[in-house]
Amino acid sequence: MARIFQPKVLTANHLRSGAVVWRTVDGRWSADPREAELLTEEADAEVLLLKAQGEALEVIGPYLAEARPGLQGPELVHIRERLRATGPSAGLRVTQLEAL
Amino acid sequence: MYRYSDWDEAFVRARVAEFSDQVERRLTGALSEDEFRPLRLMNGLYLQLHAYMLRVAVPYGTLSARQMRALAEISEKWDRGYGHFTTRQNIQFNWPKLEDVPAILSALADVEMHAIQTSGNCIRNVTTDPFAGAAADEVADPRPYAELIRQWSTDHPEFQFLPRKFKIAITGSAEDRAVIRAHDIGLRLVERDGALGFEVIVGGGLGRTPILGEVIRDFLPEADLLPYLEAVVSVYNGLGRRDNKYKARIKITMQENGIEAYRAATEARFAELRPLFGGADRAALAEIAAQFAPPALVAREAGTFDAAYAADPVFRAWADTNLAAHRRPDHAIVTVSLKAHGQAPGDASAVQMRLLADLAEEFGHGELRISQYQNVVLPHVARADLPALYARLKAAGLATANVGLVSDIIACPGLDFCALATARSIPVAQAIALHFDALKLEHEIGELELKISGCINACAHHHIGHIGILGLDRAGVENYQITLGGDPVAPSARLGDRMGPGFSAEDLIPALERLLLAYLDLRTDRSERFIDTYRRLGAEPFRAALYQTEAKANAA
Repeated sequence: MARIFQPKVLTANHLRSGAVVWRTVDGRWSADPREAELLTEEADAEVLLLKAQGEALEVIGPYLAEARPGLQGPELVHIRERLRATGPSAGLRVTQLEAL
Repeated sequence: MYRYSDWDEAFVRARVAEFSDQVERRLTGALSEDEFRPLRLMNGLYLQLHAYMLRVAVPYGTLSARQMRALAEISEKWDRGYGHFTTRQNIQFNWPKLEDVPAILSALADVEMHAIQTSGNCIRNVTTDPFAGAAADEVADPRPYAELIRQWSTDHPEFQFLPRKFKIAITGSAEDRAVIRAHDIGLRLVERDGALGFEVIVGGGLGRTPILGEVIRDFLPEADLLPYLEAVVSVYNGLGRRDNKYKARIKITMQENGIEAYRAATEARFAELRPLFGGADRAALAEIAAQFAPPALVAREAGTFDAAYAADPVFRAWADTNLAAHRRPDHAIVTVSLKAHGQAPGDASAVQMRLLADLAEEFGHGELRISQYQNVVLPHVARADLPALYARLKAAGLATANVGLVSDIIACPGLDFCALATARSIPVAQAIALHFDALKLEHEIGELELKISGCINACAHHHIGHIGILGLDRAGVENYQITLGGDPVAPSARLGDRMGPGFSAEDLIPALERLLLAYLDLRTDRSERFIDTYRRLGAEPFRAALYQTEAKANAA
């Protein structure tokens, strides 16, 4: 039986800044994953990934990340991908800085 | 402290220029990412989960006040106003832009620092005892040897493409504060019949195959250090596997060949190499050693310390946990905890870094150290100055009295930052610290080493924590496995025993609370540390507490 393709979004890091970006429907790289194009066909996803690998002056490390449709755009499935979208869940405590 | 020679200065500047050119060629497309990647890694630049990460070596954990200020400035100018100190005496900047990295490296070179060989399959930053040159139990200061090793290993033509990364740690003290048995090579300065030499330990490392290093030479005359190290690494370079990166560390080479065969091959190679060194290493060491002359410490009455210790219980708690014995009784070694309850372990803001630089100048002869425990050390403070120093630290939120306690947690960056991680570790560390602080139990529990790694690579050394926590991904959910009874300190170093099934992040803290309450019931008295009780009773009563089952073994 053929494996079912789980929908994906295409993501990478911006070459100059390192920032996390997602590929949009209109072919841009956006910092907002909700703007990402949800790829439901494996062939489309693979072609887009190959194309992104050729955009070496704009992004690095492109890959496909599992996502599902949501009300405000694609929702990332894995916690790793969600953390990539939201940023670290733990940072320096600002209270320490305010104490100075 | 060591100051760069003209040669060092020219070398580091040349590397900055070379890498700046490589960045430029990457940005214009002359280099592909595949071509650029090994070049950026050779200069400490990773791509992590959210951004690039630049790992800067703090050579053998020693910083001057001027260098600390430069790190603060770099974090503000090109990053997000903080840095993260690691378990291998490095500082990591989590948010640099690729195009800014040449300027950062140039700013580092201005204060005699660099990021060379902080990544890649080469000999990494040599780590040492953060109390070096100050500890009461020291045979000799290990830092001149560490600097000699830095010079020897930097750009060593034979060792730029080893099978895998290679880490060396060196201590000069009886008490191991450099985790020497968990390194590819661990060195301990020892004295025998009035002569100085090294106990040489080879083949330690944690990660997915945790192994403690074994003694390959119990006494190596100190004059033979470099030719012997070169022999050990040379044998590894030849025998080490390159077909499988998980079998490529020297610990595997040692296991596959056996220590006897490895020792014989090393001795044979050593016999060839020794005459070739011709004394240049000795001359270099003599020059280096002169620069590590101890600061001129002035004799001081400690009356102010004694008065504050008697009068102020909060100061007393801090003094009891955060001070260590200096070789001079009127001085102390101060550990400044970067583990305020709820803070990310090892993070320091630019403001904090500057304050620590100021305090080092005012009270500590301008010297700072970074410890394997991700804390900052002021190695030479007169006891008379401790109340004033404490007041300044307290005002800045840097006087947490928890060194060596349950909240002094070593945590890797975990899934919040690291591209390899499988679970978060920093938020878990924060939650544990806040929990036991709220219970007001940590001073009662006493000395405890708790270490949390966010993946099997074990950057936080969880295998050798009294309590080790390993975060894994179980079908997309973070799950935390516990090991107990590990010990980082040679010669009694020991790998922990894995308990049963892992815990969800939610269930982990109640489980740890049960575990530590059980310890309080089981210990003979306050002097019996958690690890001692574990050694005396074995795993069963602790496993029972974790999983709420009846202890099978008689706990008495």
